[in-house]
Amino acid sequence: MSEPLLSVQKLRVSFPTRDGGRVNVVDGVSFDLGRERLGIVGESGSGKSMTGRAILRLIRPPGRVEATRLAFEGEDLTTLPERRMRTLRGARISMVMQDPRYSLNPVMTVGRQIAEALRAHTPLGRAATRERVLEMLRAVRINDPERVAGLYPHEVSGGMGQRVMIAMMLIPRPSLLIADEPTSALDVSVQAQVLDLMDDLVRGNGMGLILISHDLDLVARYCDRILVMNAGRVVETCEARRLSEARHPYTRGLLASVPRMHETRAELPTLDRRAGQGT
Amino acid sequence: MSAISLRDVGIAYNGVPVVHDVSFDVAEGESFALVGESGSGKSTVLKAITGLAPEWTGSIGILGAPVSHQPDRTLARTVQMVFQDPYGSLHPRKTVDAVLTEALAIHGIGDRDARVEAVLRDVGLDRRFRFRYPHQLSGGQRQRVAIARALILEPRVLLLDEPTSALDVSVQAEILNLLKRLRTEHGLTYLLVTHNLPVVSFMCDRMAVMNRGRVVEIAPAAALHDGSFSDPYSKGLYAASGGAHPEPEDRR
Repeated sequence: MSEPLLSVQKLRVSFPTRDGGRVNVVDGVSFDLGRERLGIVGESGSGKSMTGRAILRLIRPPGRVEATRLAFEGEDLTTLPERRMRTLRGARISMVMQDPRYSLNPVMTVGRQIAEALRAHTPLGRAATRERVLEMLRAVRINDPERVAGLYPHEVSGGMGQRVMIAMMLIPRPSLLIADEPTSALDVSVQAQVLDLMDDLVRGNGMGLILISHDLDLVARYCDRILVMNAGRVVETCEARRLSEARHPYTRGLLASVPRMHETRAELPTLDRRAGQGT
Repeated sequence: MSAISLRDVGIAYNGVPVVHDVSFDVAEGESFALVGESGSGKSTVLKAITGLAPEWTGSIGILGAPVSHQPDRTLARTVQMVFQDPYGSLHPRKTVDAVLTEALAIHGIGDRDARVEAVLRDVGLDRRFRFRYPHQLSGGQRQRVAIARALILEPRVLLLDEPTSALDVSVQAEILNLLKRLRTEHGLTYLLVTHNLPVVSFMCDRMAVMNRGRVVEIAPAAALHDGSFSDPYSKGLYAASGGAHPEPEDRR
């Protein structure tokens, strides 16, 4: 592999604490990403979402991002002026957020929002923009795009809302998609549809994908490679299909704590924590 | 005598029927699940039992006594509920102690101090947590408080509405273990609403699969081991949850 799509070396994200110090919520994370599907798993507070946001420089002060290297397609993201960064966000790297109900603009029709995402990066005529929007809605398997384009976010279901989000994120044809818990607000039956769709589009367009989730099975199913994060650090990197052979005690602990469909254990093993804290 | 008994229950919101002809019985000490997607009516059934969805027809009985259409104080002594989101279900400006003693005060129960201490111990929180506010607790700790709040009235039936879906997997494991232990120790009956079939496999004896407001199938939890569902919808739900491909055995 030549130049990686994204290169992250010793990424650190810190926030001030009340006593004047700083706490590293991401603490020296390094990885290279090609045109592949990378999963980042971990529990709440492990720093996985912060890693995704730091790549897009979406962490506002007093949060601070440091890295010895943070480069996307050879371009150094740490020194890029904010104006250039804004043209890069959405156009070349885009992000699908967790809950469509909170991430879509409630007072704008779905069609206009998708068109806006496209227009911000690719100026096209009205007719051409509309054609691209409808084509994109069809690509996310919305059967009657003309009707759906005219709906407001509250008029569509969660699954459809998330497909709209994906349409909006993919319409400028980015080369990297960061999906932060893209389906955790959706029903199981819809989850698979949305992820299959995202997977098809990512692979079909030869994009890179970072899938951030707390769901180990899901990440194992849709990624090539997995980073397991705990307390701001990467504790283990493994091939997705080898997740079940993971070595690190934290990863093994996480895997074991998930109830299984063929459950026979009387008690689920839990991660070691101090007694009486009852996390 | 069954702990929970529903006969031809139909439930409506503002005249719009959302649940139709639901009948099932849960034996005393049994753990029974209602599974299905959002909008299938599973949480609505819990609301009808507790009087929060008063527009229902048919009959609902708890431990042999008929349930009325409004929230009912005597019923609250026998049936308590734990909600999905521990961030939303605890009063943000009340301490753990206030939340727990309020339930006792409402029902005129004395010996509050000792009862609060005992119930906190029961859910695995030590006394340091007694005077904290919800924002000073983690999600799992809050859910423990929510469970303590339900348990402090010493109910015989617990209604659990997605009690772990807002929690991390490792914390989910702790809460599921806790619920399982409490059921054995207190001889409780559980009615658990969830969309997570592996959780049913761990926690429950039987389940009712709901779709579009109807119960399409009642099956033993063992059906999750071999996929022996009879209804096409249940089969689909099972497959979508990853049931069609058994997990490798080396996962432990």
